Amino acid sequence: MAAGVATWLPFARAAAVGWLPLAQQPLPAAPQGCEARSDEVLVVNVSGRRFQTWKNTLDRYPDTLLGSSEKEFFFDPDSGEYFFDRDPDLFRHVLNFYRTGRLHCPRQECIQAFDEELAFYGIVPELIGDCCLEEYRDRKKENAERLAEDEEAELGGPGGAGADWALPPGSPFRQRLWRAFENPHTSTMALVFYYVTGFFIAVSVIANVVETIPCAAGGRAGWREEPCGDRFPLAFFCMDTACVLIFTGEYLLRLFAAPSRGRFLRSVMSLIDAVAILPYYIGLFVPKNDDLSGAFVTLRVFRVFRIFKFSRHSQGLRILGYTLKSCASELGFLLFSLTMAIIIFATVMFYAEKGTSKTNFTSIPAAFWYTIVTMTTLGYGDMVPSTIAGKIFGSICSLSGVLVIALPVPVIVSNFSRIYHQNQRADKRRAQQKVRLARIRMAKSGTTTAFLQYKRNRGLEDQDGAERPALSTRSSSAFEQQHHHLLHCLEKTTSHEFTDESTFSEALGVISLGGQTSRSTSVSSQAVIGTSTRASSLISSCCPRQNKQRRAIRLANSTASVSRGSMQELDTLAGHHSPGPQSSRASLNAKTHDTLTLNCDSQDLVAAIISIPTPPANTPDESRPRSPASDRGEGPGRPSSGSSSSSRGALRNSSLGPSYLLHNAVKISSL
Amino acid sequence: MVCVGGSNCSMSWCPRSCRSPLGYAARSLFQFVTGTLAPDSVEDEFELSTVCHRPEGLEQLQEQTKFTRKELQVLYRGFKNECPSGIVNEENFKQIYSQFFPQGDSSTYATFLFNAFDTNHDGSVSFEDFVAGLSVILRGTIDDRLNWAFNLYDLNKDGFITKEEMLDIMKSIYDMMGKYTYPALREEAPREHVESFFQKMDRNKDGVVTIEEFIESCQKDENIMRSMQLFDNVI
Repeated sequence: MAAGVATWLPFARAAAVGWLPLAQQPLPAAPQGCEARSDEVLVVNVSGRRFQTWKNTLDRYPDTLLGSSEKEFFFDPDSGEYFFDRDPDLFRHVLNFYRTGRLHCPRQECIQAFDEELAFYGIVPELIGDCCLEEYRDRKKENAERLAEDEEAELGGPGGAGADWALPPGSPFRQRLWRAFENPHTSTMALVFYYVTGFFIAVSVIANVVETIPCAAGGRAGWREEPCGDRFPLAFFCMDTACVLIFTGEYLLRLFAAPSRGRFLRSVMSLIDAVAILPYYIGLFVPKNDDLSGAFVTLRVFRVFRIFKFSRHSQGLRILGYTLKSCASELGFLLFSLTMAIIIFATVMFYAEKGTSKTNFTSIPAAFWYTIVTMTTLGYGDMVPSTIAGKIFGSICSLSGVLVIALPVPVIVSNFSRIYHQNQRADKRRAQQKVRLARIRMAKSGTTTAFLQYKRNRGLEDQDGAERPALSTRSSSAFEQQHHHLLHCLEKTTSHEFTDESTFSEALGVISLGGQTSRSTSVSSQAVIGTSTRASSLISSCCPRQNKQRRAIRLANSTASVSRGSMQELDTLAGHHSPGPQSSRASLNAKTHDTLTLNCDSQDLVAAIISIPTPPANTPDESRPRSPASDRGEGPGRPSSGSSSSSRGALRNSSLGPSYLLHNAVKISSL
Repeated sequence: MVCVGGSNCSMSWCPRSCRSPLGYAARSLFQFVTGTLAPDSVEDEFELSTVCHRPEGLEQLQEQTKFTRKELQVLYRGFKNECPSGIVNEENFKQIYSQFFPQGDSSTYATFLFNAFDTNHDGSVSFEDFVAGLSVILRGTIDDRLNWAFNLYDLNKDGFITKEEMLDIMKSIYDMMGKYTYPALREEAPREHVESFFQKMDRNKDGVVTIEEFIESCQKDENIMRSMQLFDNVI
């Protein structure tokens, strides 16, 4: 739902009646001067384009806007036509629906815009004709998925596994430890630990492999070669012990730091860790007698699972695992159809070859091996049919094998590619999110500054008394005036005044904030006000492709200072030439899909109020390996109440030059 | 017999409708083997698409409220633009209201407002509710407005404003101010404000404010009476 604020302003002002009886000081006066058949051919004026149609045409669908009495609300008696302030291009499709009875979906329009138009005119999307229904559904699903990703990234990102801003200093050690494990890039210690464990995994795997290589054996048996593991048992044992110690230590630390131990224990990675280190301990405590040594040797096989520990270090591996998991049904189908075919062909081959003597096809299960090798086109040649019937069926088997295997594979591949691209998109979005948030904060501070300026002007005006408030009112629109009056009423009700952050911290004289605010003032070099929030937020979720380039261009043109003038500059930069209230509603419209709630408990240490004309920010290139949003098994380690520590802005010690503040949630509102 | 829980449910006497993990496992294994792809759930989403609410006719609204025809037209056009489905639910309401108070958290106060506008308590504000509320506030008599305010404060609609209700309201209003205020907001500020309010309004000192006490006290207060003129030309 698009929220156009100008429309709701009278409502918000009316709601101020709730403050009236509570106000201890008299409320300020309101700003002045503010203040709208037999069959006939109807004229419907949609944003200037006139459509004419018979009344009966519209009456065909009485449960829609145009077909019911609801359209009377839009009737303009002076011109005798129905005026709708909507998109005329999309209206064409709506009107055609009345005329032909079939609703078509325009191919080049944004699906969300079309949806909104349909919702406005009271037409259910199910009425879309068969010719366009499939495409509509596909595009809608794509959009929904993208929006879901957006939300996931917003909710899960800052606190989730992909987060990369440091926790505030006051958080418990356990939380910091978990954060260090999940995001090695947050501190150097974590990074060191990350690389050390990676190194030891590699060492362990290589040791396992090298153990079995035959080394030249000197001494006793002369020409007999024995595996290196038997030649240097002590060395390998020491290496193994060291690796297992490291892994055990890591596992215990992770167990200690995990926010939810039960969930951690059940997660895949911890199971792999456990399986990797258990054989060693079992081997230690099991006495070395011959009965169990066979089992002991088998256990050593499990050491190879240590290679899976690499999946913590490699995003690609995780994606692969996730793909396989998500393609489970396709894989299952592949397996099932292969099994069917194997059984059929094995039976046929067995009976075909039954007659011959000295045949390899001794039983149907024995023929399974032949069938599998043939269907996968391996053809080892250890089992070969000799009868003519056997050869015929053998060739049919190999031909069909190609088909059966080739069918599900593209599905799996396309799944993998989709997930991989999703991940890339998620990473890119995380990068852009920070830029976006910084910009939004700049815009938000614009509101506050505008209001404070209004107050100062009013202060001047009160002192001057008789002088007409020329300066202040001329530069602000009716909408802004009324909005400021509303905020003024709230101030009077609560007997407190709005201030900006700098005055607040001065008044408090808080030194502890000083350290952080000084850091944050250097921040706004990142604050890019090249575009109005409108361009970035809404468009990006709906029609991403066309607007990436436009955004980049606008970013390059950004220099602005926050003031009323800057808002206009903003608009002109964004190609907006409409007057004040229009732009304010539009930019407020833009917030619809991007609401993140600001909790006033969160300490907002943004010095966005202070704006510094800055060089444009380059798109941050981030090539850090990061856990994709898909890997939830790690446990996001995010505090349960969203407003607490995770919403504090703090600096990221990353490779990006200008550091900027990040926020869990910001309510976008710009005038 | 109905299976309860999963552990002691054996397949032999378990009815088909048993929701044991075993049944679930069997079902998912079956799905896995036969390769049934995930059902397209988009159709379900379509079911709950546009729930459209249409207001009564212009004439009826003209009779019920004190707005003129033109004003109703203007109001409706705006309303319809922002809520094409014809109703506002609580989430949207909070969203809309929060846009006017960027510094603070107006969600609590917006909830109270929503409950005051939603006179039939069906969880949504339709155009009629909206216009009815606005009519009282903007075109009603002073007594009407005070009545409406009382209704807003009386959270459980029992005819009395208790100190707790008032404290909730006060806190929600102070929340809207946000963090950066001058002088700085103290924890006790809302409570003190409530105390002074009760001092003024509660005549018989019984700890609750009734509608009569409220209207009487407000009529005696000059500030309030003067401020009432605020609403005369909002639309």
